[in-house]
Amino acid sequence: MAITSELDTRSSLRWLWRQLTSMRTALILLLLLGLAAIPGSLFPQRSQNPLKVSDFFKSNPGTAKFLDQLNMFDVYSSPWFSSIYILLFISLIGCVLPRTFEHLKGIRAKPPLTPKNLNRMEFFTESEFGSLDKAEAWFKKHHFRIRRDANSISAEKGFMRETGNLLFHLSLILILVGVALGSLFGMKGDAIINVGERFINTPTSYDVISYGKLQSEKSLSPFSITATDFKASYELKTGAPSDYKLTVNVANSVGGKEVSKVVRVNSPLTFGTTKVYLQANGYSPLVTIRDKSGEIKFQGTVIFLPQDGNLTSTGAIKVPDMKPQVGFVGSFIPTYARNSVRGAFSTYPEVLDPRLLISIWTGDLGLDSGIPQSVYRLDTSVMKRIGLETLKLHETNNFGEGSITFEGWTPWVNLQIVKDPGKIYALLGAILAILGLLASLFTRSRRIWVKENSNKTGVEVAGLAKNSTPGLESEIDSLVKEMRE
Amino acid sequence: MTSTNYAYLSNYAIYSAMVLFTVAFFAHAIEVAFSLRNLEEKTKFDFSRTKRSGDIGTVMIVLAFVFLLAAVIFRGISAHRVPWGNMYEFSITGALAFTGAYIFALWKYKVRWLGLPVAIAVLLTLGTAITILYRPSAPLVPALKSTWLAIHVSAAIVSGGVFLLANCIAATYLILDRYESKGGRPTWALKLPTLEALDQLTYRLVAFVFPLWTFAVIAGAIWAESAWGRYWGWDPKETWAFITWVAYAAYLHARVTVGWRGRKAAWLCLFAGSTFLFNYVYINIWGTGKHTYSGL
Ligand code: HEM
Repeated sequence: MAITSELDTRSSLRWLWRQLTSMRTALILLLLLGLAAIPGSLFPQRSQNPLKVSDFFKSNPGTAKFLDQLNMFDVYSSPWFSSIYILLFISLIGCVLPRTFEHLKGIRAKPPLTPKNLNRMEFFTESEFGSLDKAEAWFKKHHFRIRRDANSISAEKGFMRETGNLLFHLSLILILVGVALGSLFGMKGDAIINVGERFINTPTSYDVISYGKLQSEKSLSPFSITATDFKASYELKTGAPSDYKLTVNVANSVGGKEVSKVVRVNSPLTFGTTKVYLQANGYSPLVTIRDKSGEIKFQGTVIFLPQDGNLTSTGAIKVPDMKPQVGFVGSFIPTYARNSVRGAFSTYPEVLDPRLLISIWTGDLGLDSGIPQSVYRLDTSVMKRIGLETLKLHETNNFGEGSITFEGWTPWVNLQIVKDPGKIYALLGAILAILGLLASLFTRSRRIWVKENSNKTGVEVAGLAKNSTPGLESEIDSLVKEMRE
Repeated sequence: MTSTNYAYLSNYAIYSAMVLFTVAFFAHAIEVAFSLRNLEEKTKFDFSRTKRSGDIGTVMIVLAFVFLLAAVIFRGISAHRVPWGNMYEFSITGALAFTGAYIFALWKYKVRWLGLPVAIAVLLTLGTAITILYRPSAPLVPALKSTWLAIHVSAAIVSGGVFLLANCIAATYLILDRYESKGGRPTWALKLPTLEALDQLTYRLVAFVFPLWTFAVIAGAIWAESAWGRYWGWDPKETWAFITWVAYAAYLHARVTVGWRGRKAAWLCLFAGSTFLFNYVYINIWGTGKHTYSGL
């Protein structure tokens, strides 16, 4: 009993493997992968746009919860999406590897024997003239692989087709390996730094950071970047950005020799497999806040986040050292304008006529409650508003509990730091895939046979073209013609 | 000349091309209509009378191609960059690629019967482009300033042109197949190629552009890597490019390895082509994500 059931398991496993690596399954999996990718383009994805996802939850909580159970907001990391591509991956390996070995063996083998009845083949012709020697010469001239037997020649050309085809499919495997390496051993993070500040590549320097599944915090490469200058250029008429240029001093190890470099949107900094991209920019207003006695309680730059193309930016300034605590909700407007509909707004992204709009709040900032807070927002639920002001550059507002001075501004840049050790394999795979594809789609694969007829007065010629690609007929014509001469 | 002058020149060239396409449209329409009029029995055609009209159509389309090419080049000169920065520019370049694909197929496979649908399709594209999608010529936002953009977009546009041509042929296949299974072709369709030839031609075109499309997707990934820090992020545009790629791969597989021919293959081809169109129209205009450069 035990033996038969073991046999059963084994044969059903083998059956399963054969099913999985069959062409039809592969085709279905391929189509399924395409279908499975669709919902991710229709619903917002957490990995791309978390805010949109939370909006969706707010406006349709019931539907959202249901969709979330189906991983509709994380399609590309969902179990069902992953299982389709893992199955496709296995199917691809199971189909392509055996074919590769077979093909490698075939390279050294001679073309197969000439079939008995050539007249059943496509493009069968007979010719009274001609000899095997002449045919052989023609085949050699045209780089056919040939097998010469006593009274026939079997010739074959177009091996590149299968070679290219296999190369293409193997390259797809390489791309998938590259993608997997990146998601297992990669790392990705964002950091906002003001111009003039230094970024040191340690986990605490990041605003957001996420690691691959097998990547630890300790393996960050030890570099530092000091932003020395940032220049944004805009179209005068439309305010559309035309160029961003960030100048930095970089050191490959903290404290090492610094080198000056330029970072642009399409040209990142490179540290081994880690790259640093310039992703976004904005303004940090510089303020000084004093208490009633005139003692400085806060002085420095505060990062504000852009809200529109003209860089109207908003943020929060928190001063926990004052009693009672004071907080400001602020808007920084680089080029000020005002109308009755929109209130204050910016008309150009460069700082031409800046204003700092503030609403002033006192009470408990809630920083000790233990609940993490956004540095860009003020939780005013237990605070009281005591003022609303618009400050010009160098202006001071006295709000009773103290004063605030708008001293200036600094641009900031958002650096995106990405480590992806699999990228190079994906690129290599992509290049090989294209080469393989070209070789396979543009090579004609065909066989031609020449055989002396039974009473040795001439030859029979026949051919077979794989995938019925055209051109064989004229090739055979030219062979026959050559033999006649 | 100033940038503005070049921009005007580009627009005039577009209008001229539209006029030429209109003439080509009528020429081909006459060719189709009048080769019918003078036959008593359906099997006897007198093409000699309409051949001249067809020739005029072809000449007009070739001329229109030249004007379109000039329009695209002038547009690029006026903006000091490759002319692929917004949907208006994608559309005129797409029309150029589509016309180019037709002329190529005309020279290689004798497909003059496609002249009429091609003229209609291009007129519709240019018409929408110049009325709805038109934007004044302007420089690019920083993320679009890259050699890879030029490579990626030109490969994508050319692929698109050929995809659409393959779709026209597959659609023709399905229509004629329908007639034939119901008894026979109507007179206007008698001189179109056989079903088998249409089927082969579709395959030929797809096999020809599939590597180019693969390359376009890869070039896009390379560009995304240098601009956004990741080569693939399942942005809607990328997702649909992938879906198109998978659909055409499925088409090639279905033909080569499973042996699909004819009707089933034609439907698969139409499906694959429509994923491309969907990506172009829907995701560009209504989609979210990093790729919304339509300028609308
Ligand atoms: C499990 C997965 C797969 C298997 C087992 C498989 C196997 C094959 C085989 C046996 C051929 C036939 C080659 C010939 O007869 O000359 C082929 C061709 C091809 N495959 Fe795949 N394949 C797989 C996945 C893919 C994927 C994911 C793509 C993606 C694009 C793809 C694209 C192609 C193309 C473009 C051809 C060439 C068709 C032609 O010669 O016209 N395959 N594949």
